Amino acid sequence: MIEVNDIHKSFGGSEILKGISTTFEKGKTNLVIGQSGSGKTVFLKTLLGLFTPEKGSISYDGRKYSDLSSDEKSELRAEMGMVFQGSALFDSMTIAENVKFPLRMFTKQSKSEMEDRVNFVLKRVNLDDAHNKLPSEASGGMQKRVAIARAIVNKPKYLFCDEPNSGLDPRTATVIDNLIQEITQEYDITTIINTHDMNSVMEIGEKIVFLKDGLKEWEGSNKNIFKTDNEAVTGFVYSSDLFKRVQKMYLEEDL
Amino acid sequence: MSYLHSIGQYFLMIKEIFRKPTKWSVMRRLVFKDIDDLIINSIGIVSFIAFFVGGVVTIQTALNMTNPLIPKTLVGFATRQSVILEFAPTFISIIMAGKVGSFITSSIGTMRVTEQIDALEVMGINAINYLVFPKFIALMLYPFLISIAMFLGILGGMAACVFGGFASLDDYIAGIQMDFIPFHMLYAFIKTFVFAFLLATIPSYHGFYMTGGALEVGKASTTSFVWTSVAIILLNYILTQMMLS
Repeated sequence: MIEVNDIHKSFGGSEILKGISTTFEKGKTNLVIGQSGSGKTVFLKTLLGLFTPEKGSISYDGRKYSDLSSDEKSELRAEMGMVFQGSALFDSMTIAENVKFPLRMFTKQSKSEMEDRVNFVLKRVNLDDAHNKLPSEASGGMQKRVAIARAIVNKPKYLFCDEPNSGLDPRTATVIDNLIQEITQEYDITTIINTHDMNSVMEIGEKIVFLKDGLKEWEGSNKNIFKTDNEAVTGFVYSSDLFKRVQKMYLEEDL
Repeated sequence: MSYLHSIGQYFLMIKEIFRKPTKWSVMRRLVFKDIDDLIINSIGIVSFIAFFVGGVVTIQTALNMTNPLIPKTLVGFATRQSVILEFAPTFISIIMAGKVGSFITSSIGTMRVTEQIDALEVMGINAINYLVFPKFIALMLYPFLISIAMFLGILGGMAACVFGGFASLDDYIAGIQMDFIPFHMLYAFIKTFVFAFLLATIPSYHGFYMTGGALEVGKASTTSFVWTSVAIILLNYILTQMMLS
């Protein structure tokens, strides 16, 4: 579980996060949504420890980040997995080497143990025939799955995903969404996904935090996002006619 | 003010290179890869330039010695001094600032743009140690490259001298052995080590702290070449003043 308490973050005098407090539970897919420029990426990078908030605190299963020593912070970071928007795979390594990388860095496993784990994880993301390909030879969807495999190979407690299905076709995007949800439940980890993909919101949004101008505007789940009368949320969610019709159908079904 | 900030950030980066080292089993592979990229892959261009510039130095020295009272051995002597003291350590380092420096800046800069450095940091890895330390170690072999440049520069001078008919082979060989001061070699290699350090760190700094996209990677490479060259020229002056004057 990750508890966020009143975090503020500024860049060059401009306040990006203006005091966000929320809780992300274990075993659930937590989504952070909002328009471009609402502070989602800064929020995620602050949770990852890449940015230090000027005010407020973040606790990971009771461990307050600001109170940890440098070594403890490194240990905590080894418990995190991250799927970047552009996958961020290491160009000079093959897919298998990319996935093996966290194991080589943080474990004392033997070569065969590492290879078994890499094979298992690549199989889990349906990539058991791509070991020796370079990232540049893989499609966007494959790269995302490799990034997920690399993020989970060291059995993380926290999984962060920054727009994991951006630039993917709808079918592949759904595959990625479902994969992340399955992994979250299977490994019982705390997963936080940054997205503005409404399909993801509807499909896997067990908890949704809506950010606007660096503030938490609304939080709930994909079940009650249809019923909210918050204008900022409805303006974002129902910006397309398709989703207006989906809302109407959903409310009629509910009645 | 921004220059002061950059200088401060550069020295903090240097401190960070030696903090929280990466596992040796991982680092070893990176070091060998960087030796290949930075040293082995530069042997060809360095040899080619050293041989021909050595020849040009000899020809120009010979053509400027028109007085018949000046002994022919002076051609070899002047070539040796020029190549060992300045051409090999300094001129080759400026070329390496272009070749190796822009390679380092663009490879680290591309990692920054594509969030690969963020990925390292998220994993709790000291990204500066992981990326810069292997380059620093690889460039400690830079004196080996400069030794080749010294040898081939003098060899090129010999070929130009003999085949151009400026002096006999015996005169040239006598010239390169004349009044040899071993301290000049020490001076040249101390300079080489200092330049190796600059070649590893200044381009890494420009790659690591760049912001923006692909266009900025190109700009950062150019900036890194300019600043590495400026630092080499400045330190060359300071070291020469300190050690030879």
